Amino acid sequence: MSVNQRIVDDFKKNDISFVTTVPCKQLAGVIDAIEEDESIYHIPANKEDEGMGLCAGAWMGGKRPAIIMQNTAIGVTINTLVTLTQYYRMPLPMLISYRGELGEPVACQVEMAVHTKALLAQLNIPTYHFHKEADAEELDAILKHTFMCNKPVAILTDASFWNGY
Amino acid sequence: MIRSEVLREIAPVIRDHLVICNIGLPSQEMHLIDDQPSNFYMLGTMGLSSSIGLGVALAQDKKVIAIDGDGSVLTNFGTLPTIANNAADNFILLIVDNGSYGSTGDQPTYAGKKTSLAKVAEACGCENVVECQAEETGQVIKDALASNKMTVIVCKCESGNVKVPVITMDPVVIRDRFMRTIQG
Repeated sequence: MSVNQRIVDDFKKNDISFVTTVPCKQLAGVIDAIEEDESIYHIPANKEDEGMGLCAGAWMGGKRPAIIMQNTAIGVTINTLVTLTQYYRMPLPMLISYRGELGEPVACQVEMAVHTKALLAQLNIPTYHFHKEADAEELDAILKHTFMCNKPVAILTDASFWNGY
Repeated sequence: MIRSEVLREIAPVIRDHLVICNIGLPSQEMHLIDDQPSNFYMLGTMGLSSSIGLGVALAQDKKVIAIDGDGSVLTNFGTLPTIANNAADNFILLIVDNGSYGSTGDQPTYAGKKTSLAKVAEACGCENVVECQAEETGQVIKDALASNKMTVIVCKCESGNVKVPVITMDPVVIRDRFMRTIQG
């Protein structure tokens, strides 16, 4: 099974049925798999904070949401994470492409990579880092954890992880 | 009419529906005028009233009215294409357009100058866009609710504020009673 299908299957296993995305090259395959799955409402967002607003609404409306985005979006969404998702205690799994790690061809991506974990730590956001293929085995448990504790949770997926497939 | 007068007039029209109240004075005014468990008050996060409202509308069947402002829509312009392309016929976006950033001291917005939010919404693909004067807003909302079509309403009103207290209710209480209303 491809990693993309595996991620979608774990989403479905955890009743996630509303997924907003802002694309990244590394995430193209999983976004395609989300789009193709009829049990998930896929709503592309124009900016990640908009996507988090959509997810907040969907969750209050009774659907379990998730957002798929690049780590650069942490810079865009700090205010939303703090004053909406965390302040109102809402769950939000964030599947994040961790650009700027080993294998990165674009130097500018490293500039945000060096801040990514520090920012997430500062925000008290539980953070998991998928570096090797087998790390994806934790996704199901991470999703359960997210909806148990009603917090935004970050799943960083780097180039080594995606290239392992 | 200023925004608080518009909200006072539409309160009886919207009170039986789910209402997302924009950050700052719009939330504080709705809270003072007609506090309902079906009101979700935004205590922060400028710009996301329409996004939260669309999310609620897409996730369940009850009617949702997102009260937004011209300044907030300008902050989150990307919301209009998303709304247009993910039509939810139980969703009404009410943009109270007073041409100013009311909560921060009535600084002028571009919507009060050359920019027409109604035309932008149409250009983004929103199919039912109504621009109205403040006095007409209640009737326009009634018509939109009866139409069962997703509608964007741009209510042109005067700039100005009244003194209202801040909301001290805990955010988790706000969203918990809102969610219970949805489930009920």
